[in-house]
Amino acid sequence: MRKAKALLFEMGRSGRRGYSLPDNDVPEKSLDQLLPQKMQRNEPLGMPELSEVEVIRHYTELSTRNFGVDTGFYPLGSCTMKYNPKVNEEVAALPGFAQLHPCQPEETAQGALELYYNMEQCLKELTGMERFTMQPSAGAHGELTGLMVIQAYHRHRGDHHRNKVLVPVTAHGTNPATVTMAGYEVVQVPADERGNVDLEALKEAVDETTSALMLTNPSTLGLFEEEILDMARVVHEAGGLLYYDGANMNAIMGYTRPGDMGFDVVHLNIHKTLSTPHGGGGPGSGPVGVKERLTPYLPVPLVEKKGDQFYFNYDLPESIGKVQSFYGNFGVVVKAYNYLRMMGAEGLKQVSTDAVINSNYLASLLQKHYYIPYDRIRKHEFVVSPKTQAKKGAGAGDIAKALLDRGFHPPTVYFPLIVDEALMTEPNETESKETLDAYARAMEEIARIIDENAEEIASGPHNTVVGRLDEVRAARNPILRWQKE
Amino acid sequence: MGGKHYLPLTDEDRREMLSAIGVDTIEDLFSDIPREVRLQRELDLPPSLSETEAVKHLSSLAAKNKNLNDNISFMGAGVYDHFIPSVIKHITGRSEFYTSYTPYQAEISQGILQAIFEYQTLICQLTGMDVANASMYDGGTAVAEGAIMGCGATRRSRALVSRSVSPFYRAVLSNYFNSRGLELEEIPLKDGHTDFASLEKMVDESVASVILQTPNFFGLVEEMDGVADVVHKHKAVLVVSADPLSLPLLQSPGDYGADIVVGEGQSLGVPPSFGGPLLGIMAARSRFVRQLPGRIAGETVDSEGNRGYVLTLQTREQHIRREKASSNICSNEALVALAAAVYMASMGPQGMREVSEQCLQKAAYAREKLTALDGFESVFPGYNFKEFAVKVPGSPEDLNSKLLKKNIYGGVDITPFYPELENTMLFAVTEKRTREEIDTLVRELEGWK
Repeated sequence: MRKAKALLFEMGRSGRRGYSLPDNDVPEKSLDQLLPQKMQRNEPLGMPELSEVEVIRHYTELSTRNFGVDTGFYPLGSCTMKYNPKVNEEVAALPGFAQLHPCQPEETAQGALELYYNMEQCLKELTGMERFTMQPSAGAHGELTGLMVIQAYHRHRGDHHRNKVLVPVTAHGTNPATVTMAGYEVVQVPADERGNVDLEALKEAVDETTSALMLTNPSTLGLFEEEILDMARVVHEAGGLLYYDGANMNAIMGYTRPGDMGFDVVHLNIHKTLSTPHGGGGPGSGPVGVKERLTPYLPVPLVEKKGDQFYFNYDLPESIGKVQSFYGNFGVVVKAYNYLRMMGAEGLKQVSTDAVINSNYLASLLQKHYYIPYDRIRKHEFVVSPKTQAKKGAGAGDIAKALLDRGFHPPTVYFPLIVDEALMTEPNETESKETLDAYARAMEEIARIIDENAEEIASGPHNTVVGRLDEVRAARNPILRWQKE
Repeated sequence: MGGKHYLPLTDEDRREMLSAIGVDTIEDLFSDIPREVRLQRELDLPPSLSETEAVKHLSSLAAKNKNLNDNISFMGAGVYDHFIPSVIKHITGRSEFYTSYTPYQAEISQGILQAIFEYQTLICQLTGMDVANASMYDGGTAVAEGAIMGCGATRRSRALVSRSVSPFYRAVLSNYFNSRGLELEEIPLKDGHTDFASLEKMVDESVASVILQTPNFFGLVEEMDGVADVVHKHKAVLVVSADPLSLPLLQSPGDYGADIVVGEGQSLGVPPSFGGPLLGIMAARSRFVRQLPGRIAGETVDSEGNRGYVLTLQTREQHIRREKASSNICSNEALVALAAAVYMASMGPQGMREVSEQCLQKAAYAREKLTALDGFESVFPGYNFKEFAVKVPGSPEDLNSKLLKKNIYGGVDITPFYPELENTMLFAVTEKRTREEIDTLVRELEGWK
């Protein structure tokens, strides 16, 4: 029986409390003496009054209405929803990390600085870059930081006419959006029939106004850009730089490195590749690494080591400045560092190996029932295109809902844009063969039902706590907060 | 190898799967990577650790830090040592929440969607705004994006920011503006507050956003009377950064005419974590809803007419709008927003009010006691919320090292950000500080120079 869940604001009772504070033990002054009346709040806070048990039950019930990696298979393409090791959570919660103030003296935070320093060494080796900043709070934030660094490099050289950034048609939406944020113009580069960036089109697009090419490799089609060295040469010869979007780094660890492919700047999504949880949308962390000629422009401060002491270096006169108030999402970096240290070189390579095996294996199972464009070896993800199913009355969005009914989180739907009815599927290395087999059986069943009676799939989901939600209505008549009737 | 237990494939699995794929070796799966870019060696990383060894290593790093649990802290400057109810970690620790991602599939994400919807409502109640988003990265990026929203809404490219706004936020703001080719000017200080006369002179038809902070960086409550009128006279947008924990006590930004309210939400039950993850608050009047960056949860109904929640107004966002999006933000700080919502739900109106009153009272007590010491001077007149600036008779660094020996973290040295303020420190006093702790601080500084 489906039923809406009461909102916080519809619960509780006046006079109830869910907290305990010590009494104020300093001599009290009258409020008006400390704060003139006109500066004081006029209206009630309008918040619910709940006991602690009501709060706990409310959120516990909400949690049962939510699906995470711990609930089941989560092949959301380009999001790398791998298992989040529990020990990461434990170490990040240590008071020696969680209870540090960003302004405390460096000598009292040597362990934190050492962790940042160690992490930087590991990320440099993993990617083949010269230096890293941990300041960006997410992938898109890393992209913006990276473009700012590139911009500062060109500006510093007096190269002020480079106002365009090339972005392949298969790029994540954050890439073009970041280009705009950095004040650049987007030039879109098409894909060729193999799914690669069209090299001829790239040559056409590149000129003296090119600031950079942003590239995800492997792409969102899960395909490795085989002509990467030619692409790098074309862009570099025109005076542009290469930006690596690390969203798909999970496919290539230990096999190749962005630095060796010719990239000048890279961001990593350590909440994807290095196992930290996605938190219902965040926090993430998007460290940015650069080649030597770009290091002067990185955000301040950088972490340095002198003797056995670690310190923040603010003495970087060409630096772009800051992108976050302090030093980035330290708590997330702690988790990723723990993971990295546990996996080691061999483990990380095995991660990529298994991610690629899982992806190619699942694709091989699904292509018996669905069209999968670009018939070649894939990396960590692939895109299913249920065009025939859509014609019968149930497309990518409907198949996604049918997967919910079968206990799976669906792939990313309707992306990348160049594939009709896209289901971008990323089964990562933490899934077993049995899980992939079960998912393939569910997909097969869905295909069979669509053949027989597409409406049954198009009217789903049937087993979820709510039925299909009306997104059009939500957008046309936005209700963005609760209000007292 | 340490992390083997995260990888379920056995050698036999791999063999079977390779054969199903139709290749002979693992190497075949990587044959699309050109030989020239292949790494011809193993990665050179430190040896892998077992779980026990990893915990030991991480614990030893943590032990090299002096944390706030074992020391009395008077540091603030945007990140504070507030009481965190125990319920929060139990809720944010539920893995259905923390191992999920952005709720694209609403029917199996009602938990986080409703929690975000409730968070948005709580932020609106606090700030007096009509809409709030699901979070920004931190206070600094929220300030920057709020200022840029003003530019988008007015189609102007210039902003004014008060020097009383946190220098940490201004650093982020000026970087964002510089990159985008937008112009930024600083409004000077007068006695630690925004100089209203200068503001009045500087704002004109070319100004998109005016950015103020209250309580400002010095902990002073800004005089907001008439500010909105001056800003709106020139059709500019008033962006206010506020500590949400001051709002149970202070006039709400909606009440004095702010258009966009941003801020750092760390004070709402979030550990300081060396400055991240934090929580960027972003709220606005409904007329700015199309310019809002990031995720927004909205109410709708399901196929049976039941109330439910979805991500909405997504045509503002990067995954739909690409280069025309209002921002590039994708991942945000959703789990931190959840923590803040649980905090507010637990504290309720009474608890919220009590915390902010205790901050006010205790800071006032500490300020009075400290500035009664020989050589310690109150720097600015005015009304402080939970922080205040004090000129000390010597170097702040020396003062802090002396205190540190007694396990006290003194104030934040703010002279580097305001060179005109010699030997000036910012002391923060939250509801967690007891009278005894404050008296200890004062006693330790008696006679110091």
